[in-house]
Amino acid sequence: MSGYLESQLIILCLNVIYAYGIFLPAASGQLNLGAAGFITIGAYASAYFNTSGAPMYLAIPASMLFCAAIAFVIAFPILRTRGVYMVLATFAFAEVVAGLIINLEFLGAAAGYPVDSHADFLVVVPVTILVVLLCFFLMSTRLGLAMRSIHDDEAVATLFGVDVRLAKVAAFTIGAALMSLGGALYGHHYNYIETQTFNVLVSIYILLYVLLGGTQTAWGPLIGAAFFTIVPETLRQVAASSGQEWIADTRFIFFGAIIVLMMVFRPEGLITRTMIDRIAMPFAGGRGGPGGRSGAAPSAKAA
Amino acid sequence: MAENVLSIDGLHKSFGGLKVIDDVGFDVRRGSRTALIGPNGAGKTTIFNLLTGVYPVDAGKMVLDGRDITRVPARDRVIFGMSRSFQNIRLMPHLSTVENVMLGQHARARRLGDLLYPLGLVPGNRWAKAAKEALEDAGLDTYPGQVVANLPYGVQKRIEVVRAMVSQPKLLLLDEPAAGLNQVEAQQLLALLEKVSDSGVTLLVVEHDMHFVHNLCDHVAVLNFGRKIFEGTPAQVNDDPLVREAYLGSDTSMAGQRAAAPAAGAPHAS
Repeated sequence: MSGYLESQLIILCLNVIYAYGIFLPAASGQLNLGAAGFITIGAYASAYFNTSGAPMYLAIPASMLFCAAIAFVIAFPILRTRGVYMVLATFAFAEVVAGLIINLEFLGAAAGYPVDSHADFLVVVPVTILVVLLCFFLMSTRLGLAMRSIHDDEAVATLFGVDVRLAKVAAFTIGAALMSLGGALYGHHYNYIETQTFNVLVSIYILLYVLLGGTQTAWGPLIGAAFFTIVPETLRQVAASSGQEWIADTRFIFFGAIIVLMMVFRPEGLITRTMIDRIAMPFAGGRGGPGGRSGAAPSAKAA
Repeated sequence: MAENVLSIDGLHKSFGGLKVIDDVGFDVRRGSRTALIGPNGAGKTTIFNLLTGVYPVDAGKMVLDGRDITRVPARDRVIFGMSRSFQNIRLMPHLSTVENVMLGQHARARRLGDLLYPLGLVPGNRWAKAAKEALEDAGLDTYPGQVVANLPYGVQKRIEVVRAMVSQPKLLLLDEPAAGLNQVEAQQLLALLEKVSDSGVTLLVVEHDMHFVHNLCDHVAVLNFGRKIFEGTPAQVNDDPLVREAYLGSDTSMAGQRAAAPAAGAPHAS
């Protein structure tokens, strides 16, 4: 594989891992704009453990546990907030993390931190595949069903016996562990980290991958991250090889337009539950048709 | 086994200065089909919300099947044997029919092993099978991926009943099950509820459609302004002057008529 393709594959893999870390809480109705915070913690923790003598294959899981513990503790206050307030709370958390690290001398402060062990794509790609499989598995379980129910109607989920807080904390914590895994892999692949890399733009992009990809099925973050990683890069390549510089210069305008159009035409994301069903069962017939043997005329919603 | 599946005693609930439930007490006999009726704003849905733990009670006691549930958290009450349907349909719009019904099984599947069981990956697993069978028993055949949002209203109402039933309740609370249904749909729902009742589940029904109440229920409690003003058989209700004044209206024969919400001077809110 060429060095270029390999580097693109690594970026894609990391973005997919980050996206799943945000997807798990999003699937249960929580908007998390703190991706950069968890990625930073993962990257620095793994690098620090590694420098302190732990081999990489121990340092990475240790950093995940460390980040999960932090996420678990902050989940309780943060999950009391809702909607846009949760967005702000998680954003603030990420800023706190960056602010802390830039003041910690033993982590290199503003100068950044070199990472010893190297993880090439033979590590990153299989780990990414495992993450994707894990998330598909999680969403297929009863816990996943509970999370999706919470997304739709928290009160009703409670009345059917779902421990709403437990499910939300679990989604938030597992998501944080996944993002720290992504951050750790980032550090070990590039062998150098600094807090400025993981800025608010990173958090925004990852949240966009997930929301535009769709939060209803585990396909959403995969397709969302892949689309938003590959398309801009391909446009840049096309521009470079054809000499049409204007494509490279204006690609973000197209991108912004795509995002606006998505909001208008597919507000629930690119990949929806219904769409997956249609692909899986193309001959199942029209929606609502076979719903009841009754043949009762669909009445207008009275409520 | 206690004779009453539900006993409510001295229930009080105020929102701010407004007394919504004022010293209400009644019993629901095991196996009965009890209706809770009254004008809009009488506190019927509030009673349901107190029973299911949506709100805490101010005072009073609720005993479900011999166990005091007054202070039990909302999510545990379903385990004690009570589940409900809603006045406005509250199925999960993004879940399929079968998944909605599988949510109803949650109370029986709260161990870690059950929570991590991959329902969606094992075709024909026992949970999915049980959910499908419950739907078929109710005369609803759906295919697995069907998202509920696009189904006819009457079908959704029945799916709500099925979802509540798979938690295997002793007492099923139904909040205006017939509201918004056409006659055919109401008949189908009635048949389903009779089947449910015949299987030994006790029904407590809030309903405005007196025709529906007469057809289904064998016992009626009437609320007005947060107080219980009458309890008896459906036939007795029609003859009680207090109930007629408060709710049914004084002159007309009630058979087949929707009890007049305007009697309470309030618009029909649903």
